[in-house]
Amino acid sequence: MTKSELIELVSQRIDLPKNHAEEIVNAVFDAMSDALMEDERIEVRGFGSFSIRNYRARKGRNPRTGDEVQVAAKKSVHFKVGKELRERVDTLEGA
Amino acid sequence: MTITKADIVDTVYEKVGITKREASDYVDTIFEVMKETLEEGEEIKVSGFGKFEVREKGERVGRNPRTGIEIVIPERRVLRFKVSQVLKDSINGKR
Repeated sequence: MTKSELIELVSQRIDLPKNHAEEIVNAVFDAMSDALMEDERIEVRGFGSFSIRNYRARKGRNPRTGDEVQVAAKKSVHFKVGKELRERVDTLEGA
Repeated sequence: MTITKADIVDTVYEKVGITKREASDYVDTIFEVMKETLEEGEEIKVSGFGKFEVREKGERVGRNPRTGIEIVIPERRVLRFKVSQVLKDSINGKR
């Protein structure tokens, strides 16, 4: 599913014109992106939480040539799935 | 600081000309549609934000690190999130 398919489904579900649903879906992901850019954690109960992880600079190696390279410090986004979603996704459990 | 769904609802309400009640319902609908999609095992790709995908993990033998007792971990489905390069760059101050 892509974002436009998500918009389509949301607009059907809440009976809203597609351009309006698009505005709302975009506002949600923009709000989350903005928060992460501010180093804020996001917690959506039942869905999961997003947080920023800091990675220190380290020496890496080019796996092909074996040359040592310096890898700069960086931040990334970590997602931890919420309990409800984890259980809903794991349909193999007890199946 | 942590932001929650209530903060996301506030942002949507401020950005889009709808009532707070509507904003709250719409945000819930968005997460519910996403949960239903992932529950079906389908991935969700949100351009500029990231990708959620369901992975099947095969059965494996694990070990209780404290007791050393081996246990069989049955096959299961887990959710994985990969942040988009665009958002990752923004978080790292690159444009």
